[in-house]
Amino acid sequence: MEGTLLIGLYVFVLAMFVGFELITKVPPTLHTPLMSGSNAISGISIVGALLVIGRAGDAHLMRWIGLAALILATINVVGGFLVTDRMLQMFKSKDAS
Amino acid sequence: MEMSGFSAIIPLAYLASAVLFILGIKRLSHPDTAAGGNRLAAIGMLLAVIATLLESGLEYTWIIAGVAIGGLIGGIMARTVKMTAMPEMVAVFNGFGGAASGLVAVGEYLRVGGSETLAIDSGVSIMAGTLIGAVTFSGSMIAFGKLQGFVTGNAISNPLVKFSAGLLLGFAVVLAVYLVGFESNLVFYWCLIAAALILGVLFVIPIGGADMPVVVALLNSYSGLAAASAGFVLENNALIISGALVGASGLILTGIMCRAMNRSLANVLFSAFGTGAATAGRAADGDRVATPIEAEDSAMVLGYASQVIFVPGYGLAVAQAQHRVRELADLLTERGVSVRYCVHPVAGRMPGHMNVLLAEANVPYEQLCEPEDVNPDMENIDVAVVVGANDVVNPLARDDPQSPIGGMPIIETDRAKTCIVIKRSLSVGYAGIDNPLFYLRNNRMFFGDASDALARITEEVKQL
Repeated sequence: MEGTLLIGLYVFVLAMFVGFELITKVPPTLHTPLMSGSNAISGISIVGALLVIGRAGDAHLMRWIGLAALILATINVVGGFLVTDRMLQMFKSKDAS
Repeated sequence: MEMSGFSAIIPLAYLASAVLFILGIKRLSHPDTAAGGNRLAAIGMLLAVIATLLESGLEYTWIIAGVAIGGLIGGIMARTVKMTAMPEMVAVFNGFGGAASGLVAVGEYLRVGGSETLAIDSGVSIMAGTLIGAVTFSGSMIAFGKLQGFVTGNAISNPLVKFSAGLLLGFAVVLAVYLVGFESNLVFYWCLIAAALILGVLFVIPIGGADMPVVVALLNSYSGLAAASAGFVLENNALIISGALVGASGLILTGIMCRAMNRSLANVLFSAFGTGAATAGRAADGDRVATPIEAEDSAMVLGYASQVIFVPGYGLAVAQAQHRVRELADLLTERGVSVRYCVHPVAGRMPGHMNVLLAEANVPYEQLCEPEDVNPDMENIDVAVVVGANDVVNPLARDDPQSPIGGMPIIETDRAKTCIVIKRSLSVGYAGIDNPLFYLRNNRMFFGDASDALARITEEVKQL
């Protein structure tokens, strides 16, 4: 078990560094779409919500908690990606005109 | 864990989705590729969800219900939200993301911590996930309330708030240590959640409304950390990687906002800026005179200039004048004037907000620039038009280190040949200090509503 925690920490720290490298290259013009887009990515807890529902078995409270997490995470994912797309289309459309 | 019994397909799919997230964010480095990058990340998310659904023993009726409800709400919100309300939307989504991650931790606690003591590693992960998730949720809701005006936007500087927040944090940590180290107790666990929720409220409530960009960026980072800790709870690398990426993104944006105001994060979070404590600026001298200008003269100056910059502030968005600025800029461009928009990093109510509002008004992103692009060349700018901005063009930030905004990077429109400030009055900005720019010899004040003023100038330029 402690092995998995350690590996998780490795992954976390290295991913943070990747994140820093990537995000410093995003121009200030795109900071709002960056925020809403990364927000959608943090909706990855949708995976956790699915697993909680799957593991609930007969535990009713746990299943309801999983459902609440699933709804919130789905709002975050669907809403986040769609609104980011809406914004980025506005940035793109100027090329045509 | 159930996962290890399954084939390697699921973890490999998670890896692929993490790669898609990284490639997606990489493409956000240019406006032309950004929309594609966002879609790449969305595909990564879809892949992660499909991979999870491959896991055996899932309750599909519940899952379909959850996804349908969430998808519908999220879709409607994304379609209908106004661009001026993006900070509110991001604040709400931060809160939902934090809540979802927190609930995942709660679900795991109910599963493994029901009876016996928790294993140290999953225990620590669950406590961290619960705390961060709950703080992110309630903090984001307060930030939303402040942006929306439900909760007072004023900075509340009460030492009692800080004291009780500290006390509560200590209480929550003690509870968490007890739950992991000694015995698993459901009542104590609910107390921990309650404490964390109140903590989130106390964390955001003292911060002034105009500092919300920093808070929203920080909460963005928290929502990522909450997802990462849910990943530790479930031993799922997809959550850990995505959470870390978002955590890093939020931290960088927080840092950029703080630097743009020349204040430390601690100062933003704890000093209750703009309440009076920090407003000891110079009083306006009686003998200084601000020179007013009218639409006709403004049109003359602008119409015959060769280089013009617009400096938009949040007041522009309040007056819904983005389209008016663009109309005027287009007209000037037709006359052969070179027009750019100079956007200060803290303009608007979240990082990059003003750029989105200008993009919505069809301003080409090539015309958007940053203070460091314009400042070195300011002497060659014929006219700088400041619309709805104040503190970000205050020369005191450069000239008076003692001023509350001393050292804050500004757009130095005072060095332009002519500066026109469109503003209702000579009143102070958010920092609560007088702006000497208004009284300079090369500055003109156009008193009035931004939208109305720009429309009148546009009409006059047409007459030239």
